[in-house]
Amino acid sequence: MSSSDAAVHGHGGHDEHASNPHLAHHFDSIATQNHASRLGMWLFLGTEVLLFAGLFLGYAVYRHFYHDTFRFASHTLNLTLGTINTIVLISSSFTVAMAYNMVKKGNNKAAAGLLVFTILCALAFLCIKAFEYQHKFVEGALPGKWFTFEEMKGMPGANMFFTVYFLTTGLHAFHVIVGMAILMWVLKKVIKGQVDPTYYIPVELGGLYWHLVDLVWIFLFPLLYLI
Amino acid sequence: MSQPADSAALTPPEAPAYQKINYLNVDRGVMSWLKTLDHKRIGIMYFVSVLATFLLGGIFAMIVRLELTTPEPTIIGANAYNRMFTLHGMVMVFLFMIPAIPGVFGNFFIPLMVGAKDVAFPRLNLLSLYVYWTGAVIVLIGVITGGADSGWTFYAPYSTTTPMTLFPVLLGVFILGFSSILTGLNFIVTVHTLRAPGITWMKMPLFVWGIYATSIIQVLATPVIGLTTLLVGIEKVGGFGLFDPGRGGDPVLMQHLFWFYSHPAVYIMVLPAMSVMSEIVAAFARKNIFGYKMIAYSSLGIAFVGFFAWGHHMFVSGQSSFDGGAFAVISMLVGVFTAIKVFNWVGTMYRGAIYVSAPFLYLCGFLFFTVFGGMTGIALATISPDVHWHDTYFVVAHFHFIMVGAVIMAFLAAIHYWFPKMFGKMYHEGWGMVGAAFIVLGFNATFIPQFLLGNAGMPRRYYMYPERFTALNVASTAGSSLLAIGFIIILIYLIYALIHGEVAGPNPWQSKGYEWRTSSPPIKENFEETLEYPEPPHTYQQPGEEVEHVVI
Repeated sequence: MSSSDAAVHGHGGHDEHASNPHLAHHFDSIATQNHASRLGMWLFLGTEVLLFAGLFLGYAVYRHFYHDTFRFASHTLNLTLGTINTIVLISSSFTVAMAYNMVKKGNNKAAAGLLVFTILCALAFLCIKAFEYQHKFVEGALPGKWFTFEEMKGMPGANMFFTVYFLTTGLHAFHVIVGMAILMWVLKKVIKGQVDPTYYIPVELGGLYWHLVDLVWIFLFPLLYLI
Repeated sequence: MSQPADSAALTPPEAPAYQKINYLNVDRGVMSWLKTLDHKRIGIMYFVSVLATFLLGGIFAMIVRLELTTPEPTIIGANAYNRMFTLHGMVMVFLFMIPAIPGVFGNFFIPLMVGAKDVAFPRLNLLSLYVYWTGAVIVLIGVITGGADSGWTFYAPYSTTTPMTLFPVLLGVFILGFSSILTGLNFIVTVHTLRAPGITWMKMPLFVWGIYATSIIQVLATPVIGLTTLLVGIEKVGGFGLFDPGRGGDPVLMQHLFWFYSHPAVYIMVLPAMSVMSEIVAAFARKNIFGYKMIAYSSLGIAFVGFFAWGHHMFVSGQSSFDGGAFAVISMLVGVFTAIKVFNWVGTMYRGAIYVSAPFLYLCGFLFFTVFGGMTGIALATISPDVHWHDTYFVVAHFHFIMVGAVIMAFLAAIHYWFPKMFGKMYHEGWGMVGAAFIVLGFNATFIPQFLLGNAGMPRRYYMYPERFTALNVASTAGSSLLAIGFIIILIYLIYALIHGEVAGPNPWQSKGYEWRTSSPPIKENFEETLEYPEPPHTYQQPGEEVEHVVI
């Protein structure tokens, strides 16, 4: 590399720093910075997958141990509510993707509306989940030492299904809440006009996180409700 | 110490012997440190923190060793003893060894080694330090007030039924995991996106390769320990029954989840140590690194294989003999990758122009501990001897050799090698070698008796033991006091060097490493100008050139 190349390189970097307030001092172009942000987010999503993986392993182990009990227990869950919740979450994934699209097109108003809808979907999901939980509390279909469910009394490992059920859906519900907070932060940026067709990384990353929350449920739903 | 004349080609010719306005003093006041985004300052704060935790862990270790000098109760009661070895393990593993090299030297040197101004996410980097502090405080408060006595492994069902309050400790470990993940994530993205033009993947310093491989493990394995601690905590507080056989749960599942993290965690500790040594061996043998690609790839190999070896901790936990065999073979593959590194380091030294100094002595100690710790590891990965050695002092001695020995040697070597760059001052080489001699000999004197004890059948974590084990236990404690003396000597001359040390100059070792191509201590922005990187980082000779001794 000749010294003039280095000079051009350095010069180009300074130009973009002056014109783009989003560009941090240690990156030389916004493209590199965006690449870094995306890579960081994907790695973080990888850690989330492994966090849930431990619980999925637990599910697999206990399903193997207590196969018949698990099959029976899955029918005691409310399939209608589970299905509605699945539809709610898939719709919210669609709207968050649309919001991202709208920001890229410069239509922040539409994006804000779509984000509000997404957040409302998340809220609806939590409400329905809370209703289901409440039902389980009344029935006594609870984990470990709290288990008093008459319908499954005496079945081996009956409480383990509900241990796994509450741990997985509980951790997922926590992620829904975190996702809502992230989407609200994105919404604030959209409303204030801090994102636009030249800089939309926050919307993209927030959307990615929401998709992951969705994806976990896509696996939980069949494992807990359907099979 | 004279200034080397020919280092001008590597460092900026106008670089002063001591950079007056540097990252340490460019901003003043406590808040300028607590709010800094500068990776070098974050590295220094990690440095101070891990030194404090190392001191704590060391004190607990000394209490354990003193207690074991007699077969009967010596200085503390049985419960206090259980808490002491738990404290020692938790503090040393989670608070010292995991963050030590990546947190201190990774933070400080990775941007310098890839020619960047900072890590990819400086705010996340500061956050990781705060998360570390938070987790550390919670763990310490938890252990002191609650009295964790489960050992650092917190196996269920003991951990879920002990009358001690374990929850804060578990919460602390959970929080510390986030710190580790954030650090690893930051390094991976930094290596991918912030390498200066000219530093290709195959021209990355080997330290960066090692930390990169470490970071992959940190990102992929740490979430599982987070989940495990969460589940044990829920089990202890909420009685969910997940690991309780009385309710249909399976305690062995907890062991699987625990070791899925905690075995790769061994490589979170030892890979950075190996990567430090890859830098030091070239710099002090004054010779091109031998087998650059093999060293780089074997780091990735260890990171990969390490994920599938956890079952060798559970040979006696009732897994099938097929599982045992598979885990045994996979575990031995780690030895293959480690051996590749060892041969390459020795190959680098062969016919080199070795400069004997404190870092080089630590390198020798490191090679000894790695080879013998590694070979006992192969022995332990073989199922039938493992059944005999399982949960004895043989295992304790083995992992102190391979994990602790390697990390302590590398940590001390890194301190001595990079001290001039970090602080611009030079330590006293004579005292440096005295300190190194104490450490290497003391470490051997502490743990070789423990190999013998374990082989004779003394179980680990026991408070009292039969009369016939007394002599070896006394020998081990005597060895640990040598270690303590060594650390005190090092601490004294390093503090002296910090205040009264001679000015080191930009590159006192005349190293070819990229991190030396700036002034000492570096300026806030790392480099005065955009540098070019025409040569790989460990190139001391062009083809056909003879090695050259240097006078430092």
